Amino acid sequence: MSAVVVRGLGVTIDGAVVLRDVDLDVAGGTWLGVLGPNGAGKTTLVRALSGTVRHAGTVAIGGDVDRRPAARARRLAVVPQTPVIPPGITAFEYVLLGRTPHQGLRLSASLDDRRRSLGVLQRLELERFASRDLGTLSGGERQRVVLARALVSDAPVLVLDEPTAALDLGHQFGILELLAELQRERGLTIVATLHDLAMAGQFGDRLAVLSEGRLVAEGTPAEVLTPATIGRWWGVDATTTVDADGRVDVTVRRRAADGAGRATTPTSGPEGRRSGSVVARGEGFEPPAA
Amino acid sequence: MSAPVAAARPPVTVDDRDRVAPPRPRDLTLPLVALGLGAAVAAALVGLLVGPIRLPVGAVVGALVDRLPGAEVAHGLDAASTTILFEIRWPRVILGLAVGALLSGSGAAYQGVFRNPLADPYLLGVAAGAGLGATLAIVTGTASLAGGFALPAAAFVGAVLAVLATAGLSLRRGRPSGPAALILAGVAVAALLAAVQTYLLQRHADSLRAVYGWLLGRLSTVGWAEVRLVLPVLIVTAVVLVLAAGRIDVLAVGDEEATTLGVRPGPTRAAILAVASLATATAVAVSGLIGFVGLIVPHGVRLIAGTGNRRVVPLSMLFGAAFLTLADVAARTVQAPAELPIGVITAFVGAPAFLLILRSQQGRA
Repeated sequence: MSAVVVRGLGVTIDGAVVLRDVDLDVAGGTWLGVLGPNGAGKTTLVRALSGTVRHAGTVAIGGDVDRRPAARARRLAVVPQTPVIPPGITAFEYVLLGRTPHQGLRLSASLDDRRRSLGVLQRLELERFASRDLGTLSGGERQRVVLARALVSDAPVLVLDEPTAALDLGHQFGILELLAELQRERGLTIVATLHDLAMAGQFGDRLAVLSEGRLVAEGTPAEVLTPATIGRWWGVDATTTVDADGRVDVTVRRRAADGAGRATTPTSGPEGRRSGSVVARGEGFEPPAA
Repeated sequence: MSAPVAAARPPVTVDDRDRVAPPRPRDLTLPLVALGLGAAVAAALVGLLVGPIRLPVGAVVGALVDRLPGAEVAHGLDAASTTILFEIRWPRVILGLAVGALLSGSGAAYQGVFRNPLADPYLLGVAAGAGLGATLAIVTGTASLAGGFALPAAAFVGAVLAVLATAGLSLRRGRPSGPAALILAGVAVAALLAAVQTYLLQRHADSLRAVYGWLLGRLSTVGWAEVRLVLPVLIVTAVVLVLAAGRIDVLAVGDEEATTLGVRPGPTRAAILAVASLATATAVAVSGLIGFVGLIVPHGVRLIAGTGNRRVVPLSMLFGAAFLTLADVAARTVQAPAELPIGVITAFVGAPAFLLILRSQQGRA
């Protein structure tokens, strides 16, 4: 059963087509990593899934196409790339905001909402920050508090926009490993845009690649991350090794001075565009013509 | 890849702030609300007791209890004192409590919705609209019509029309747009109305004194008439703003995130601002332009109680009620028997008090 079903998704912003004809299926309890160069439409895909941008086509979360914010928020929680941190808010108050989809207008948060918020803070080992001003926490701590706000909503689908941006290598791994644990514990369905191909190769049950607003590849990490595809979509030389679990180690290298005759601008050459119109699903890729 | 993952756990940091922070978030809302209620009741008592004619404390409390249904207390107040208490001071105290609560509550709501600590309840043109309405009533000589109620009515209508004009100008393609457009429209409307008002005043220099007397604010009452006008608005405002305070907290994370938390930012903002503006217009209509209350009271509350609007909004209403009642006591006693404009008192007392709170907080941080 697919937790997220996207059909014919198109987004036009101020006359510019940002996403076109995106079809996606994310099985329940799996992790989809969304890759693509800058400007490929990753954030717009997150916004379309979370219902904050007008779009063509349908987005069904848990079989429900209801776009109203209250309905969507109970099924899908969002960790934004650059969350707005209200001045002076404590970590606990911030996490409590995640219970909003379950609250009507009321005098104060219910005991149940408080207990759940505290429980998530404990689970993420953030309890001692509960009364701290969120703005005074480090980047890694703050990112986990933002994640806690998403988790406390109990939405079955978690969408994250570049959850590791602005974190050092150790904290990047920390947050992704934490997501993997939560995915197992809670059966969460995760859709996360990722910048780092090496991270994407380690985490994520399946990967999707966006380029110029189109979905150009979707499959297992081993199918999507090959030297050929990395060269085609990102314009860098890479070697990949696939381990027994199907995880991919990606190593990128500086290009030789002669450039090996390959196009250096990712996805902008005619070759990239032609391929971009073909959605390859789990079939691997032919190396680009030399 | 297991080794780097294990090593990647963020190191546990221990510093002084961790030790100071309580392990569990304690909810101080109820004690603070009780404190605010106490402050309002105490201010009301002061307002009833202080005046040109001395009324003994015991007798006043006795007379108040005597008025409660089912209670009979021999209070010993003579008829004249009873009249002073119930027909002059009591309605004025109630009006002070109500206006203070309305201005402070709507100030807190405006600051929350606009995510701007400098937003005050006059931001969307309420002050300029009310000022122009009152000026029109005074210069045309209609202010004293309808038993003196033409003046507050004109001020109220002016305030409401100005806010509607602001809201209308800020619409983009017929839909509510962001807070910035609303603030800019408010500034433009206020400037335009102020220009018209200045022109009228210049043409009717003989009305200057009356208009300025109104602009500086006063809580003079004619018995219970004003109170009856204000109380229903106070009840609606209190219920709506206190219930919507949690939504104001959600709006603080911005429109896009608010949507992902299940809140429609546009309609939510519009509803809260509509109620806050109605509250402000009502307060202004019966009391003139009393500055500073909507700004300093919520700020003082935030410094004590934190930024959560579920605490800030109700506490602002309670402490605002207390503050304005005490300011009115000062206004009518400092130069007795003459009365100072209450706006002078609120600014004169409020500004230093505000700075003191601010500085003591900075010293602690």
